[in-house]
Amino acid sequence: MFAFVVSRILQAVPVMLVVSFISFAMFAYVGDPVSIMLGQDFTEAQREALVKSLGLDRPFFVQFMTFLGNAVQGEFGLSYRLSRPVAELIGERAPATLELALCAAFIAMAVGVPMGVYTGLYRNSWLSRFFLTFSLIGVSLPTFLIGILLILTFAVWLGWLPSFGRGEVRQVGFWATGLLTVSGLKALILPAVTLGLFQLTLIMRLVRAEMLEVMRTDYIKFARARGLSDRAINFGHALKNTLVPVITIAGLQLGAIIAFAIVTETVFQWPGMGLLFIQSVGAADIPVMAAYLMLIALVFVVINLIVDLLYYAVDPRLRTGKH
Amino acid sequence: MSLLEVRNLRVEFPTRRGILVALDDVSFSIAPGEVLGVVGESGAGKSMTGAAIIGLLEPPGRIAGGQILLNGRRIDNLRYDEMRRIRGREIGAIFQDPLTTLNPLYTVGRQLVETITTHLPLNPAQAQARAIEWLERVGIPVAAQRIDSYPHEFSGGMRQRVVIALALCAEPKLIVADEPTTALDVSIQAQVIALLKGLARDQGTAMMLVTHDMGVIAEAADRVAVMYAGRIVEIGPVREVVKHARHPYSAGLMASIPPMDRRVDKLAAIEGSMPRLSAIPQGCAYNPRCPKIFTRCVVDRPDLIPAGTTEAACWLYAPGAPHRG
Amino acid sequence: MRAFFDSDIWWSFTRSWVTMGSAIVAFICVAGAIAAPLLAPHNPFDLASLELMDAFKPPSWAAEGDRVYPLGTDDQGRDMLSAIMYGARVSLLVGFSATLFATVLGVSMGLLAGYLGGAVDAALMRIADIQLTFPSILVALLIDGIVRAAVPREVHDQIALFVVILAIGVSEWPKFARTVRGSTLVERNKEYVLAARVIGLGRFKIMVQHVLPNVLGPVLVIGTLNLALAILAEATLSFLGVGVPPTQPSLGTLIRIGNDFLFSGEWWITIFPGVALIIMVLSVNLLGDWLRDALNPKLR
Repeated sequence: MFAFVVSRILQAVPVMLVVSFISFAMFAYVGDPVSIMLGQDFTEAQREALVKSLGLDRPFFVQFMTFLGNAVQGEFGLSYRLSRPVAELIGERAPATLELALCAAFIAMAVGVPMGVYTGLYRNSWLSRFFLTFSLIGVSLPTFLIGILLILTFAVWLGWLPSFGRGEVRQVGFWATGLLTVSGLKALILPAVTLGLFQLTLIMRLVRAEMLEVMRTDYIKFARARGLSDRAINFGHALKNTLVPVITIAGLQLGAIIAFAIVTETVFQWPGMGLLFIQSVGAADIPVMAAYLMLIALVFVVINLIVDLLYYAVDPRLRTGKH
Repeated sequence: MSLLEVRNLRVEFPTRRGILVALDDVSFSIAPGEVLGVVGESGAGKSMTGAAIIGLLEPPGRIAGGQILLNGRRIDNLRYDEMRRIRGREIGAIFQDPLTTLNPLYTVGRQLVETITTHLPLNPAQAQARAIEWLERVGIPVAAQRIDSYPHEFSGGMRQRVVIALALCAEPKLIVADEPTTALDVSIQAQVIALLKGLARDQGTAMMLVTHDMGVIAEAADRVAVMYAGRIVEIGPVREVVKHARHPYSAGLMASIPPMDRRVDKLAAIEGSMPRLSAIPQGCAYNPRCPKIFTRCVVDRPDLIPAGTTEAACWLYAPGAPHRG
Repeated sequence: MRAFFDSDIWWSFTRSWVTMGSAIVAFICVAGAIAAPLLAPHNPFDLASLELMDAFKPPSWAAEGDRVYPLGTDDQGRDMLSAIMYGARVSLLVGFSATLFATVLGVSMGLLAGYLGGAVDAALMRIADIQLTFPSILVALLIDGIVRAAVPREVHDQIALFVVILAIGVSEWPKFARTVRGSTLVERNKEYVLAARVIGLGRFKIMVQHVLPNVLGPVLVIGTLNLALAILAEATLSFLGVGVPPTQPSLGTLIRIGNDFLFSGEWWITIFPGVALIIMVLSVNLLGDWLRDALNPKLR
């Protein structure tokens, strides 16, 4: 068990290294931070002074190490666009994105899994066909379009829900949450549904496909041959075997949700990390891009690790290292 | 009265190219405690017969004619939940690959207890005790500990023993065993067959043993049915069919087994191959390959005709046939 | 030809009216998009032909609509229908090119990895794995962002189209590579490959002439489904403002422009391009679904 965890962590290290390298390369080679920071008029002396203070005259490897050292401490310098520390910017926006992502993930799982199980078990009912059609449309809709349609319906035409912003937020320690106010909750609904819908349809289709595969296995056939009740077969055997691979995908979906938050936040002007990232890409604001990249990589790596651990806990075959 | 009686069973598969007949007018019976072997090449319909009996034909296959009777009561036309009560309790099944037959995520004990409590009025503690008993009976050492093991923690032969325990634990009167030893090492096969035979004898359970391995049949069966292209071509006591096969196909089968007692330079084989279900010849299905073919063979299809100590579906044994085999 | 119409695939195709319908719709979309310069009633890029007086006209069936502009006009007087046709052209162009790029790159990498094995396999698959940890949209955004930062603005506008195609293509290659690698590993051990090696054929020749045709089956399915994803990816990138240049608006760009007018009531400027996008992607998805079921030997 311990060996398993260690090996997984070791596998994650190259990923982080590659990502940090890309981030650093962006810093070092893309654009000229010096001229960006100094503007048009500057003297040679000023330039040299800045270069020295930024450490840009040191060898590549040393710069990379410094970069890594700083990164681990959360120090990414100042945003080119806003001239504020990057770490601060991200820290401010992170709660917004995380709340949104978790809500969306919850919606996707809580609705997607039961729908998938239902359509897998009762393939020919009209409700199944309805769900499947719905899922097909859901997969063909880009997230931003869902957002726009929802805004059109609920904010413009019906006027029930707000179309941008987070509503009122309460400060709980360092975390600014929108969950404790009515306006905060109302503002959360449309973005969370938008973000979660795509993932919901993916999860539903996945669970259904897995369920159909499982129902065709020999052990289900044998369970039937032993005269077990439908309930025992469907929910005892089939469901458990279906959910095991679903765990992995669900975990990865959380990662995708955090990434797609970029789009949703843009549509709803949600003040999260995603919106910050897009604004940075548009303005070539390297420090923010690099920081976001590394943070996201870290999040993904951690999610993958947790998913692997879950897999390990659930599937007995992995514990003895066989099969 | 026979335990199981199959009368004129017909299984069809509707496809877009027409209806394929997988089993055509299959009839046989199994007496209580008897072991009937069913042999034939792949695709002859052996497994399909077993599947039809336990009511687990894969759609779109369906029973299109005939009857299946268990203790005189028809079971081929029962509703799903009625048939479900019969499965496990009155008819047990064993399939070929023990690795895929057992759910990898549940312990062996849980799967046993589940089956026992579904069919027998025992409380969980009693069921647990019964499960351990069964594991011991099938020869799993340290059963009380192994009961909490997962299927992948057993070797192939042990796994099949667990499967046997699962099939027998609800105490059915009939077992349908579909290639129970094919996936096992040769050295284990004999052990498993002996186990199966012994348990069946002790419980008085009848068995339909489907296999393509004549050695297994010779070892375990009382009677044997030879199947070809969805029909039974010969049926009779094991010794008779093996030593004095009447139907030319069974004779060819028996002859193709290399003898142990002398050298042969060439392995005997039957020319040609079994016809596809969509292209079964007119008359007797075996006629393209039969060395004893005559006119009637390409015209009429023979039913099982008494031929000495066995029954053979061959015109050679009808009164008025030109030559005797 | 005869054999094709007689085959199971054609039969299952004609059986489902949904599939046939979506194929027809897809065909119409593609044809309309390709022939946009010929078929579109107006040219939305010809600045001289625009009438600012005609701006913000609602669709023709509404009260103040005009039959000249069937789907209404935008803020500059451009005809929506024509804009959509040209936009669909760009969307499809990027979608197809990106998918083609991803396919070629992915299949080659997969073939090399599967056939050559060893260090090549390990290296390529490591790269693919690392990339697969991230959602493709992020990879595409990253590539676009880097190029955008590295290159001065005017140059970027000129090459923006290629950058988008490259970005989306690169973000999708791992899926192809993994599948093809898996199939190649299986095929490599088969007898016909052994026979080819015994004869003395070179490795590349074997890979391309013998193994490749046998591993292409699933590629077709993945490719079709990926086309839908690529079109969506381009739309998303353009919507975010980091996709195709403003001189060649795609459906995503149109939606973005229209989004600004949502609140003032001119909903058609954003909705119609949206509907066009949905129809295109939906029909591709349906075709891909059908293809996957038709080519799946287990379901036959």
